Amino acid sequence: MLDSIVFYFFAGVAVLSALLMVTRRNAIHSAVFLITTLLSTAGIFLQLHAEFLFIAQIILYVGGIMVLFIFVIMLVRLDVPLPQIRSPLRQWTAIFVAFVVFGEGVYIVWKSRLVPGHGLLVLNPYPSDKLPPNTENLAKSLFSFYLLPFEIASVLLLVAMIGAVVMGKKRANTP
Amino acid sequence: MLQGVLAFVQTWWVELLCAVLIVLVVPLIAGYIVLVERKVMADMQARLGPMRVGPHGLLQPIADAVKLLIKEDLIPDDADKFIFWFAPVLSMTAALTSMGGIAFGPWFQVGRDINIGLLFVVGVSALGPFGIVLGGWASNNHYSIIGAIRSTAQLISYETTAGFALVSGFLLAGTLKVSDIVKAQYTDHVWYVFLAPVGFFTYLIASIAETNRAPFDLPEAESELVAGYMTEYSGFRWSLYFLAEYANMIVVGAVGATLFLGGWLRPFPNVAWLGWVDGLPTLLLAVTGVYCVMRAGKQPVHVQVMFMWAVALVCFLVALIFGVVEFAHLTSSAAFLSQHPVQLLRSMYDGLYGAFWFLLKVSAYIYIFMWLRFTLPRFRFDQLMRLGWHILIPLALVNVIAVGIMLALMSSLGWNRWLAALLTTLGTLVVGMLLIRWNDKHAAAASGSIATDNTQVEDSYAG
Amino acid sequence: MSVLANTVHDRTLQRPDTILGADELVINMGPQHPSTHGVLRVKLKLDGERVIGSECVIGYLHRGVEKIAENRSYQQFAPYVDRMDYVSAVSNGLGYCEAVEKLLMVEAPLRARVIRTILTELQRIASHLLWLGTHALDIGALTPLFYCMREREEILKIFEKYCGARLTTHAFRIGGLQYEAYDTLEKDVERFCNSFEARIQEYSDLLTSNSIWIGRTRNVGLLDAADCIALGASGPVLRASGVKWDLRKATPYAAYDQYKFEIPVGSNGDTYDRYMVRLEEMRQSRLICLQAIENIPVGPIMARVGKVLKPPPGEVYHAIEAPKGILGYYIVSDGGTQPYRVRIRPPSFINLQALDKMIRGHLVTDVVAIIGTLDIVLGEVDR
Repeated sequence: MLDSIVFYFFAGVAVLSALLMVTRRNAIHSAVFLITTLLSTAGIFLQLHAEFLFIAQIILYVGGIMVLFIFVIMLVRLDVPLPQIRSPLRQWTAIFVAFVVFGEGVYIVWKSRLVPGHGLLVLNPYPSDKLPPNTENLAKSLFSFYLLPFEIASVLLLVAMIGAVVMGKKRANTP
Repeated sequence: MLQGVLAFVQTWWVELLCAVLIVLVVPLIAGYIVLVERKVMADMQARLGPMRVGPHGLLQPIADAVKLLIKEDLIPDDADKFIFWFAPVLSMTAALTSMGGIAFGPWFQVGRDINIGLLFVVGVSALGPFGIVLGGWASNNHYSIIGAIRSTAQLISYETTAGFALVSGFLLAGTLKVSDIVKAQYTDHVWYVFLAPVGFFTYLIASIAETNRAPFDLPEAESELVAGYMTEYSGFRWSLYFLAEYANMIVVGAVGATLFLGGWLRPFPNVAWLGWVDGLPTLLLAVTGVYCVMRAGKQPVHVQVMFMWAVALVCFLVALIFGVVEFAHLTSSAAFLSQHPVQLLRSMYDGLYGAFWFLLKVSAYIYIFMWLRFTLPRFRFDQLMRLGWHILIPLALVNVIAVGIMLALMSSLGWNRWLAALLTTLGTLVVGMLLIRWNDKHAAAASGSIATDNTQVEDSYAG
Repeated sequence: MSVLANTVHDRTLQRPDTILGADELVINMGPQHPSTHGVLRVKLKLDGERVIGSECVIGYLHRGVEKIAENRSYQQFAPYVDRMDYVSAVSNGLGYCEAVEKLLMVEAPLRARVIRTILTELQRIASHLLWLGTHALDIGALTPLFYCMREREEILKIFEKYCGARLTTHAFRIGGLQYEAYDTLEKDVERFCNSFEARIQEYSDLLTSNSIWIGRTRNVGLLDAADCIALGASGPVLRASGVKWDLRKATPYAAYDQYKFEIPVGSNGDTYDRYMVRLEEMRQSRLICLQAIENIPVGPIMARVGKVLKPPPGEVYHAIEAPKGILGYYIVSDGGTQPYRVRIRPPSFINLQALDKMIRGHLVTDVVAIIGTLDIVLGEVDR
C-alpha cells in the first residue's frame, strides 16, 4: 500500500511538472519544472530498486544536463525571435507524425493490456525487491560483456568534448 | 489504513527519528557552527568575538535566528517571484536530503542499507548549484548573475575532482554502502587516509571549493560583488542559503570522515590495549558538565543561568550513559549486564558512542576549513579554475590509477600494504609536482599576455 | 541618458570588437562599494570578464576645501587640511605648516622639526598599516587587517596623548608646535618601535611568500617607469616602478637630512612590488623614529611669529613626501590675513589617473586589487 502511495505521488508530480513545463511562457520556469519532472522519474526508479539508475539520473541529467540548459537559457538572448518559416507543409507533417506516434503508443499499451506477459510488451516477471544489487551487476556486465561498446562510447564522448572545446576556443588572432 | 501507518512507524521509527532530527536540529547546529567560526576567527585575529549575548556569546545564534526571522521580506521589483522563492528552498532541500545518506553513528542513518550509500550523498548534493544559479538569476541584478554563474562553474568543476578522490577511497573499501565502508576500515585495521593520503587531501581541497569557502569563496567575496548571488536575499530567505552552505560543510565533512577517517570508529579500534581511549569521551563530557555547573551561578542574566544548567544536564546525561555501559564492560559481569536499565542504556550507548567520535572527526574537518579561511587570501576566478582543471583533476585521476596499482600489488603480488601505499603515494606526489611546475610555466605565459594589448592612443602628457 | 548606459546590453555601441562577437557589458562599481575605499565610482567596460576600458567618476566627497581656504586665516585653515587625507592627517598638517612658514620666511626651531619628523614617520607607518590591512582584506586575507589595526592602535594612542586627537590631529602649528612633547613620548615611541619589527615579520610571513598572494599580485597592475613619470604618479607607486625619487632625500624638509635611511625601490611596477615597497618603507620609518628619539634637541618649539599672520605678497610651492605620494601646497598670498589661493596637489588624485592604464586587460577581480594598490583616499582625491 505504501508502494502505491509513493508511486502515485512521484507519478503525479512528474505528470504535473511535465504539463507545467510545456505551458510556461518563461523559459527558466520551464527548466525548473523539467528538473522536478526528472527528479520524480528518478524517484520512481528508486522505488523500483534501481538505485544506480536513480543516482545516475540525478547526477547526470539533473546535475549536468539541466545545469547546461539553464546556463544556455540565461546566457543566450531569447527575446530575439528565431526566423520561423511558417509553411503549411511543415505544420501538417508535424501534426501527422504526432498522431502516428500517439497511435502507436495507444496500440502498444492496448495490446499488452490484453494478455499480461505476452503481447508487444513482455514484462519482466522478476519481483523488483528480489533483484540482485543494481550497481554491482551493472559494473560487472559493463566491464566484462559490454566492455567494447562501453569504451567506444567513452571515446565518442571524448571526441565530443574535444570538439566542443575547439569550437568554443577564443578566436584570439582574428580581427 | 491506520494499521498500515502504525506498522510503518514501528519498522522505520529509527529512520523517521533521524529524519526529524536532521530537519529540526541541523539548522540549530549550523547556527552554532557559525558561532564557533566567529570565535575561532576572533582567536586568530587577536580579539574575542561575540561575548555579550549569552555566556561568552553562546546564545548569539539564537539572537541571530530571531533577528533573521522577524526581518522584512524584500523581493526586488523586477525579480522573478517564483524562482526567487524556489531557489533557496532548492538549496536547502538538496543539503538536507543529502544528509539523509550519511551515517552519524552505527544507528543514525536515514537511508540505511541503501545500495549506493555515499554516491547518494554526493549525487544529491550536486543539486546545490541549482539553488545558486537560479537565485542569482531571479535577483535580476548584474552582480548576482555574475556571482551565480561563477559559483556554479566552480562547483561543477570541483565535483569531478571530489568524485575522483572519493573513487580512490571506494576502491579501498570495495563498497559504496556507508556502514560497509566503516566496517571495512575496522576489518582492515586502518583508516583509509593512511593508505590513500593524496586522495584525502584532494578531497579536502575539492570540498573546500564545493562549499564555496575561502580560499575559493570568490562568488561570495564581499569586496567585489557585494555578496554575489545572495545580494538581494535578506531575512529568512538568506538564512536558508546560509544554512544550506553550513549544512553542505557538515555533509562534505561527514563524507570525508566516513570514507577516509574511519567514520564512527575510535582511533585504533582494533588495538586492545588502547581500550582506555573509550573512556575519554566520558571524561570529557563529565568535565564539561562540571565546568558548566561551576559557571552557572556566576551568570548575570537568568536565561544564561538556565542555559548553562541545560548544557550541564545534557553533558551529564550522555556521560552517564557512556559511563555506566563502559563500567559494565569493565566489570563484565553477566548479571549486571542483563539488567533491564543497563540494556536500555546499552542500546542508547550503541547509538551515541559512535556518534561522538564521528562528530569529533567532522568537527576537526570543519576546523581545518575555518583555519584555511582566515589564513589564506582568495583565489582569482581564473586561477581557481586553472587549479581545478589543470592540477587537481589530473592529480585525482593519477591517484585513482595509483590506488588501483596499489591494490593490484597487494592482492596479486602479495606486497605489504604499507610498502605499496608508500610507493604509489610517492609516485602520485611526483606527478603532482610535475603538474604544478608545468602549470606555473603556462600560467606565467598566460598572465603575461594580459597587459600587452594597450592599443589605445592616449595623451599621457595632458594635464 | 549618459553615453555609457547602465544596462546589461548596451545597444548604443557599434558592433564591438570582442571575442565571440558578444556585446560589451558596462558595469558600475561604486560609489557605494565595500572596496573602492571611499566614494569612488568606476565605470568599467567589460568583455566577459576582461576590462577593456574604464572611467572614474569622482567628486562625491568634494567639500570645496580650496575655496574655503580663501575665506579663512592661515591658522584657521590648518584643521581643514587634516580632513583631506584623513588617514594620515599629520602629514597633511606638516606640508601646510611648512608651506606657510616658507611664505613667511621663518623656520621652525630644530626641536620642533625633530618632533615633527617623529610624528610624521609614525603617521607614515599608521597609514601604510591601514593600507596593508584593507588591501589584504580586498584580496581575501581576512587576518592581517586585525593585526595591522592592533599596531595602528598603539600609534594612535601616542597621537592622542600628544595632541588629544587620533584621526584629525592638527598636531602642528605654523611656526612650530603648540604642545611640548609629553613626558613619556620617547619611551612610548621606543617601545612601539621595538615591538614593531617582529610584527612586520608577522605580516610578511602571512603574505610575502604565500603563493596565492603572489598569484594575485604579480604582474597585476603593471605600470612602467616611463608611464609613471608621464602620468605624474608619485610615492610608492613611482618607486615600485624603479624610479628612486623620494622628496625626503631629494629636497629634504623637516629634519630628514639628519637621519640615515634607505629608499626602497621596486623593479617590476606591479602590485607585489608596491606591497614590498610599502612594507620596507614601514621598516625604514621605524629606523628614522629610533634615530630621532635618541637625540631630540632641547630648545624652543615655536618660532617667533605674530598672532596675526600676514605674509608678504608672493607665492610658494612646497611639497612633501606624504605616505601616499608627493603632497604639494601652492599658496598665493596677497598680503592679507587670508590666502588668495591655496592649491593642493593631492597625490591620490594624480595617482588615480593611472588607474585606466593599469586595469586594461585585467579581470574584474583585479580591479579591486589595483584600486587598493594605488592607496587612494577619497578625501584627498575630491578635497
